[in-house]
Amino acid sequence: MRRSLLFIPGNNPAMLQNSDVFGSDAVIYDLEDAVSVTEKDAARVLVSQFLATTDNMPMEIVVRINGLDTDYYLKDIEAVVSDKIDTIMLPKAQVEDLNKLDKLLSAVEKQKKIKKHIGVLPIIELTASVLQINEIVRCPRVNGVLLGAEDLSSDLEVARTRQGNEILLPRMQIAYACAAHKIDAIDTPFTDTNDMDALKEDCKFVCNLGMNAKAAIHPNQIPTINSVFVPSDKLINWALRVEEAARRAAEKGLGVFSLDGKMVDKPVIMRAEKILEKARKYHLTDEEGGSL
Amino acid sequence: MKNSIGRFVPEGFRPFTGSNEYKKQQRKLIPEKQCHDGFELLGSVSDMFDKLNIKDGMTLSFHHHLRNGDFVLNAVLEEIKKRNLKNIRLAPSSLFPQNASLVELMENGNVTEIYTDYVNGPVADAISNGKLQGMCVMYTHGGRPMAIESGSLHIDVAILATPAVDKEGNGSGFTGKSACGSLGYAVSDLKYADKVVLVTDNLVEHLENAQLEGKYVDYVVRMDAIGDPNGIVSGTTRITKDPVGLKIARDTTALLEEIGMIKDGLSMQTGAGGTSLAVAYYVKNRMLEKGIKGSFASGGITGYFTDMLEEGLFDELYDVQCFDLKAVQSIGKNSNHHAMSGSKYANPFDDNVVDKLDFVILGATEIDLDFNVNVTTDSHGKIMGGSGGHSDTAHGAKVTVITTNLIKSRLPIIKEKVTTVTTPGEDVDVLVTERGIAINPKRVDLLEKLKNSRLPIFTMQQLLEKAHSITGQPDKLVLSDKPVGVVVYRDGTVIDTLYKVN
Repeated sequence: MRRSLLFIPGNNPAMLQNSDVFGSDAVIYDLEDAVSVTEKDAARVLVSQFLATTDNMPMEIVVRINGLDTDYYLKDIEAVVSDKIDTIMLPKAQVEDLNKLDKLLSAVEKQKKIKKHIGVLPIIELTASVLQINEIVRCPRVNGVLLGAEDLSSDLEVARTRQGNEILLPRMQIAYACAAHKIDAIDTPFTDTNDMDALKEDCKFVCNLGMNAKAAIHPNQIPTINSVFVPSDKLINWALRVEEAARRAAEKGLGVFSLDGKMVDKPVIMRAEKILEKARKYHLTDEEGGSL
Repeated sequence: MKNSIGRFVPEGFRPFTGSNEYKKQQRKLIPEKQCHDGFELLGSVSDMFDKLNIKDGMTLSFHHHLRNGDFVLNAVLEEIKKRNLKNIRLAPSSLFPQNASLVELMENGNVTEIYTDYVNGPVADAISNGKLQGMCVMYTHGGRPMAIESGSLHIDVAILATPAVDKEGNGSGFTGKSACGSLGYAVSDLKYADKVVLVTDNLVEHLENAQLEGKYVDYVVRMDAIGDPNGIVSGTTRITKDPVGLKIARDTTALLEEIGMIKDGLSMQTGAGGTSLAVAYYVKNRMLEKGIKGSFASGGITGYFTDMLEEGLFDELYDVQCFDLKAVQSIGKNSNHHAMSGSKYANPFDDNVVDKLDFVILGATEIDLDFNVNVTTDSHGKIMGGSGGHSDTAHGAKVTVITTNLIKSRLPIIKEKVTTVTTPGEDVDVLVTERGIAINPKRVDLLEKLKNSRLPIFTMQQLLEKAHSITGQPDKLVLSDKPVGVVVYRDGTVIDTLYKVN
């Protein structure tokens, strides 16, 4: 369960050092687009050394490797895969690539005696990938899907717009496919790092489509993203009341009951439970269980 | 001799004994200088030296309102050099990198003592390298007027750059081509120096609301230009864009909210640093959300605060110095933007503004386990600043918050003991860093208010350990045993000693 994932250029020591302070649910150490060809080696060494010498990071650690169509990905995997990371992010992912990556990771995990099962976050940034989305979410290790709108619109040969009509279909497809497989649907980064109001609107829009997280390209975007991808106080209070009413109904052996004149049955109780799971994970309820 | 916080005090100076000790003393005032009508107009700085018979061993004072754009101090230094005067005691309220020509005068024994509140650049380096034959005495902005009015800093001639002077000798910083706004730090010099000279490039018929009263003025020197007002703008008067600084500012604002400081009628001050101003930005947003209005903001004023005044978020601004040109424009036209003297701002014996502050946001070069703060030297002991109003506002405000990165350039900012104590830990309440917040254990009231807080609150020791876990433990600095100056607390006692750097 994530709300925000922060990209950190893999070749920037100062940003690596501070990457854990901004409150994102995941950091993505980037070896791909943020790093020029001449810096690939340096970034790989820097990220692997940083991870080796850093403990107790309070968030998920993701590394974006270079695509399987490049000469860099094997060295990336060799350098960064360890117990210190949780997930590999794969650019321009297609089903074939994900299966290949699964085998590579299995081999490295065995060779390095890694106790973890490293997850994979594919980026949907090819039109072909959009058409494969239902298969992609079923691939091994996939624990979420990120929409990469900039490359995707380029592949589609359309301009990116603030309104985002050109990516409405993939946003919805990702939301549905991920919901069906209970993994995170992660929206594309909002590229204007100075306009927090527009970022908030964009977050609200995709949240209403069913996406549950957003990637960030600047630390200043994190508080806004985190504030949107959580249930509102009103919703939390409603869910708490449903939870309490369900507990009392269960004591009486009732499966269906009424709250505020409306029928509450299993689907409603499950929705309330999901809301509270997220609210509790992000400490949005007080010790007595009420909304803060 | 050591003072109450264990720092060495050279002979001839009184040791610091506590930040409230001044309350046991009476205010000491020497008579103000004799007032008179009229002044004599002089055509050059050289004429001023002749007329006033400026000679070896005299104390000359200056204000720093033109900051890094001041031409007057440098013109006087040039004349001292030309005349090869010796053992001059210089008392500028601050020194900046553009005063580099002073270094040669120090080396030649022309200037042998410096009394100031803040110094950075080549002069600071030269002092730290032992090039000043006598001592550098570093006051606070409130302590300097106290030293002047009590006679402990005797000024032979106050030479005050003044952007506009009228026919009665009244002076103002609000108008003229070199306008710099409030001349707050010049007021004590004006009233208590033996002789007062205003240096101007703008003689006018009449001035309304002149901050410097002509009755104290003996001479006016006309220069083609007294300074470049663009030099008063500092790069640190804008809100930071650094995400770490913004994170610190957000957490600071959340903390201020939780301890009840963001309330109707609040009074506040921030330093001019980017993170401090970012706190002002977030506090402003909270004020707008809550529909509340502050009573006043004070100190060095930036355009950010004049905008808040214009937007009705404060009733008044009390301005001792303008940090940018937007503030200069405001002070001349907004009747709620008041110029105040350095004494009214922070003199512990005056009815000062700092004592009325609810909270102040300040920076730190170092802070230690006892919450002592250093803003005077770097971690090698080299002078790079000074208190300015740091110690004054820290003492006066109900809540003093230090905002700083826990780690800067691979160096932990928290030390077991700071290299130099500028502001005593007893006056520092909260430290906010990007990796956590520490509350001074003496502030039991704040700890009680924050006991259920979800803010990342740690002890100072825990924050120190966090820093060391990232940077490792730096080697201990060994200072030389040659004092080059003293840090004078606002009550005139010595809180620490400055040493020649190794």
